[in-house]
Amino acid sequence: MTDAASTDNPGTRSGQAGRAGPPRLALAGITKRFPGTLANDSVDLDLAAGEIHALLGENGAGKSTLVKIVYGILEADAGSLRWEGAPVTVASPADARRLGIGMVFQHFSLFEAFTVAENIALGLESGESVAAITPRILEVSERYGLALHPDRPVHTLSVGERQRVEIVRCLLQDPKLLIMDEPTSVLTPQEATRLFETLRRLAEEGRTILYISHKLEEIRALCSRATVMRGGRVVAVCDPRRETAHGLAEMMIGRELRIPEHKAPPETGAARLEVRGLSVEPDHALGTPVRDASLAVHAGEIVGIAGVAGNGQAELLAALSGEARAPDAGMILIDGTPVGRSGPERRRALGLCYVPEERLGHGAVPTMTLAENAILGAARREGLARHGFLRLDRARDFAGAVIDRFRVVARGPDAQARSLSGGNLQRFIVGREVAQRPSLLLCAAPTWGVDAGAAAAIHRALIELANDGVAILVVSQDLDELFALADRIAVLFDGRLSEACPLAETDLERIGLLMGGADPDAAREALHVGEAPAGARP
Amino acid sequence: MSPRLEPRGEPSRLLTWLSPVIAVAATLVAGAVLFALLGFDPARALWLFFITPVSTVYGLTELGVKATPLCLIAVGLALGFRANVWNIGAEGQLTLGAVAAGGLALAFWGDGGFWLLPLMVIGGAVGGMVWGAIPALLRTRFNANEILVSLMLTYVATLILSYLVHGPWKDPDGFAFPESRMFEDSARLPDLVPGSRLHIGALFALAAVAGAWVLIGRTLVGFELKVVGTAPQAARYAGFSHNRMIWLTFLITGALAGIAGMAEVSGPIGLLQPQISPGYGFTAIIVAFLGRLHPGGILLASLLLALSYLGGEAVQIGMGLPLAATGVFQGMLLFFLLASDILITHRVRLGRRPAAAPAAPRAAAPEAGE
Repeated sequence: MTDAASTDNPGTRSGQAGRAGPPRLALAGITKRFPGTLANDSVDLDLAAGEIHALLGENGAGKSTLVKIVYGILEADAGSLRWEGAPVTVASPADARRLGIGMVFQHFSLFEAFTVAENIALGLESGESVAAITPRILEVSERYGLALHPDRPVHTLSVGERQRVEIVRCLLQDPKLLIMDEPTSVLTPQEATRLFETLRRLAEEGRTILYISHKLEEIRALCSRATVMRGGRVVAVCDPRRETAHGLAEMMIGRELRIPEHKAPPETGAARLEVRGLSVEPDHALGTPVRDASLAVHAGEIVGIAGVAGNGQAELLAALSGEARAPDAGMILIDGTPVGRSGPERRRALGLCYVPEERLGHGAVPTMTLAENAILGAARREGLARHGFLRLDRARDFAGAVIDRFRVVARGPDAQARSLSGGNLQRFIVGREVAQRPSLLLCAAPTWGVDAGAAAAIHRALIELANDGVAILVVSQDLDELFALADRIAVLFDGRLSEACPLAETDLERIGLLMGGADPDAAREALHVGEAPAGARP
Repeated sequence: MSPRLEPRGEPSRLLTWLSPVIAVAATLVAGAVLFALLGFDPARALWLFFITPVSTVYGLTELGVKATPLCLIAVGLALGFRANVWNIGAEGQLTLGAVAAGGLALAFWGDGGFWLLPLMVIGGAVGGMVWGAIPALLRTRFNANEILVSLMLTYVATLILSYLVHGPWKDPDGFAFPESRMFEDSARLPDLVPGSRLHIGALFALAAVAGAWVLIGRTLVGFELKVVGTAPQAARYAGFSHNRMIWLTFLITGALAGIAGMAEVSGPIGLLQPQISPGYGFTAIIVAFLGRLHPGGILLASLLLALSYLGGEAVQIGMGLPLAATGVFQGMLLFFLLASDILITHRVRLGRRPAAAPAAPRAAAPEAGE
């Protein structure tokens, strides 16, 4: 237990929560074991009526397991649930919904081809018709500020709008407890602000909200109580409004957090990567084509590309890394050499290294050892194969060196990639690419889903690399990360890449508007008039 | 108290190799039941099927004769299967190899020399490769399913052979039998064991095993095959081409199957006839999986499946059972193998689910761990 977090006495609870009576939901001693791990270790959790309660923890801390138990998807090995004072069993999500528990998942379950109303009608157990449900949808969306058109097909909706469909679907069942799993991970800052207003309104009505996140600032802004989990146990219960983000982070990771030093402004050198009017067709029907993208990344510089996932990031990255070919060789230049039609090997030879977003199956082969995975990314630049034969000893040495230098927790070069935690595998992959001394590094979501310690180490490695004169391009949804790392930031929206703006000349709001497809200058004008069409989509 | 399957954290390396043993044991039990139902003494029947054929030196050499084509083909198939390339038409590639090699033997009939056998080996390999190149081309160019194309081509190959031995290549002194002339001695593979039918083709199989072993474990190509097969996106990341692997594996398998066909007609058969293989190209699929797609395992598995051919013949002669017994045993073996492979990723648990009771009492932490 952290000292700063001993505020778990009823006196400090917020307004409605302090009223007499049993908590809305009380978990006691919840334990869940999976082969090889103890996901929940006798977890206690009290949720009062009308509170917005944060469940905070790193990936793998046991948050998801816990809420799946509450929602009836998983069954606890031990422990008890009390709903408004009475012991209950929640054997299925249907049971949970009958009690009054609703959940909005991180990944939506909507049919693209159906309309909003059809999707909602399908999800309801009452079996009401689309016609009957439409006025209720309008009523709920009106009351909570969740603008929705019941007749629009889901495939025309933005991610934020899809989330609203899921929320409305829950609210139609009049839940007393609403579980939100990392709801802002797919939203622009403006969309997130609107969501918070809705959540506050729901809490004022006496509904309880269990808000799962690892974003500290938004928890401080939104929640009146936080339960912090680490390694399957509750390590602290506190009032996040009285903690600093730094303090919360330390509770979450359980040790002192070292923030990487921000590098000195770089002496910008020659353009290592030049993209000229690049257009890429997606390789599957649901992809987003990239249209006429132009960009330059200079030696010693970190350029960030922000944007909500699905706006052409995958297509752009594939074209830059060589996994997909550009229509014309001259659309992509590495150190002045046209490489648009070349494969990954040629680009690696010219100095490009690449950290893909997906660790398992893209950046590493899960069932192969770390030494073999070293061959996957570094065969060419580190000479791990010669005359068609593998040099396994060299590969093991190289993997061992990466493990040591980047402090990867692993059994050694012979450990299978999938036996590593997400953060450690990411350390290994970043380390493998950094250790090859690239002149140009392409990074996609380099700290996505990794723990704060690994994230700090990865950021440190990238900054050091840039200080050594390497050009770095970071594509990420995480604006905090981009603002911490990048010298210039561009935004990708609907396949179009905005101009890369120096950090000093932009701010979170501007980037957020661009991510939502709005013109920031026009939007600012509108703000002065009193209307905020944030996140509007054509 | 019912047994249930529970996923393992990591696949079991032990069971990867134990699974074929379990499958063989289950096949023996099911075979015994089958024989008993047919009214035979199961012990005697199994003995006749599995032991009698290899109880003599001649029997052992016959085992080698049957294992040779199985092993050659399965080694090639395993390379493809590792890369998710599904060549089901090795039987056709074998047939075309036999046609090409046999064509050379007939073309130089009467004036062969020491050079004829090497030429026939090359011809057999090329014949098989040409037949393997067709599905590879259609797959890489038009994304045509290689399973269907390679399988269909098997029947085309059989018809080509049938046409040749019924027509242009029919032995002029053969009393109208659909057979070619007997190859002359310079077109026959020398025997390995005098007085037996075991020929030096068996050495080809051993060489293929050794070569594939090195290819898989030591070369970049072997590495590429594995990455393409297990993580296609990682393969693109590394710049490995799936199409290149399709071509490579079809050509290697085609060559090995073609050499197997050459060895059959140049070794034990000695001429071209409408049927030159009792389904070696299909049985080799079972061999490849039973051998865990590994050359060493394939060598052992090819001996076991060769025994199923000999055993089938033995029970046919000894007990009057139809030759289909061979197919039944091969089928059961594959069936049980696929079934027991689930134990690699899952374990069997006995006992109740731990938390079935409503609102479970605060028991001590469950000790039911590992």
